[in-house]
Amino acid sequence: MNTWMAILLGSLAVYSWKLLGFLIPERALSHPRVARIASFMTVSLLAALVGVQTFASKSGLVIDARVPAVALAAILAWRKVPFIVIVVLAAGLAALLRFLGWMA
Amino acid sequence: MPEAKGSVFSVSLGVGLATGLYGISFGALAATSGLDIWQTMALSLLMFSGGSQFAFIGVFATGGTASLGAAVASAWLLGVRNGFYAVRMAPILSKVGLAKLVPAMVTIDESTLVSISQTGLKSQRLGFWLTGGFVYLFWNSATLLGAFLGSSLGDVSKFGLDAAAAAAFVALIWARLDTGQARLVAIISIALAVALTPLLPAGIPVLVAGISAVVIGWFEKRPKAGGE
Repeated sequence: MNTWMAILLGSLAVYSWKLLGFLIPERALSHPRVARIASFMTVSLLAALVGVQTFASKSGLVIDARVPAVALAAILAWRKVPFIVIVVLAAGLAALLRFLGWMA
Repeated sequence: MPEAKGSVFSVSLGVGLATGLYGISFGALAATSGLDIWQTMALSLLMFSGGSQFAFIGVFATGGTASLGAAVASAWLLGVRNGFYAVRMAPILSKVGLAKLVPAMVTIDESTLVSISQTGLKSQRLGFWLTGGFVYLFWNSATLLGAFLGSSLGDVSKFGLDAAAAAAFVALIWARLDTGQARLVAIISIALAVALTPLLPAGIPVLVAGISAVVIGWFEKRPKAGGE
């Protein structure tokens, strides 16, 4: 699969959910189990991505400046700081640590 | 009521502008994940769902072209909530036949939430279309700006942009950790994905972690003893 095919296929796949919702009757999805799994699926994939993007490197797992940056992001999110501020401050902390040469 | 209409307009505009800021970070991260500006723009124009787009570039950034299948699957699975929004919006918009194709495109977190927070069918429809339109406009122009910024930065880790991606997911997920079960799903998913990363091809650990959502979601939370 080349990158363009993946982009088009992925876009179609995401759109298919949106269209499906307009086509099926409301009661088909009203089962609490279906709603619960769908909601947890979002939590699960985002959490998994946090883990991978914090620790993964080309050669396996590594602890570097991303770890304190993500910890800072969690604290800021807990304090209900706006999204863009969280992203900028976390990036800033990682950049600062690397500039100081503390956690490559 | 012109007053109510004015407030729907300003809420929609505010939500659109806020999403635009977030779009800059998407554009910059996409450009640094290895996508070119056209591919980055295609994601925002065609996929148009922030969580799915971030998932796509997140998997692609760690695994490159070998991980494209997993990138598509992650984006697809993260898009599922849009289907639930569409179910919610269908009776409000009451479109038939091919007329459903257009609102489906802009059925996302923001347009749905603004719409259902209005009272009266007219305001709800207006909220959906205004928010969907503003978000589409600002999300895409911000992606373009971010992509130019990202591709001109060079070594991105020097600017902490790799940490920004993980921080973005932390911020996105936080509001959803409102129940014990949701927190359990999150902790198991992080542990599974990290533990499997050295063992499986890039992108696959994220999908395996998704199984925990199905397993935990299958069981209803039992009410606490003595509580009602």
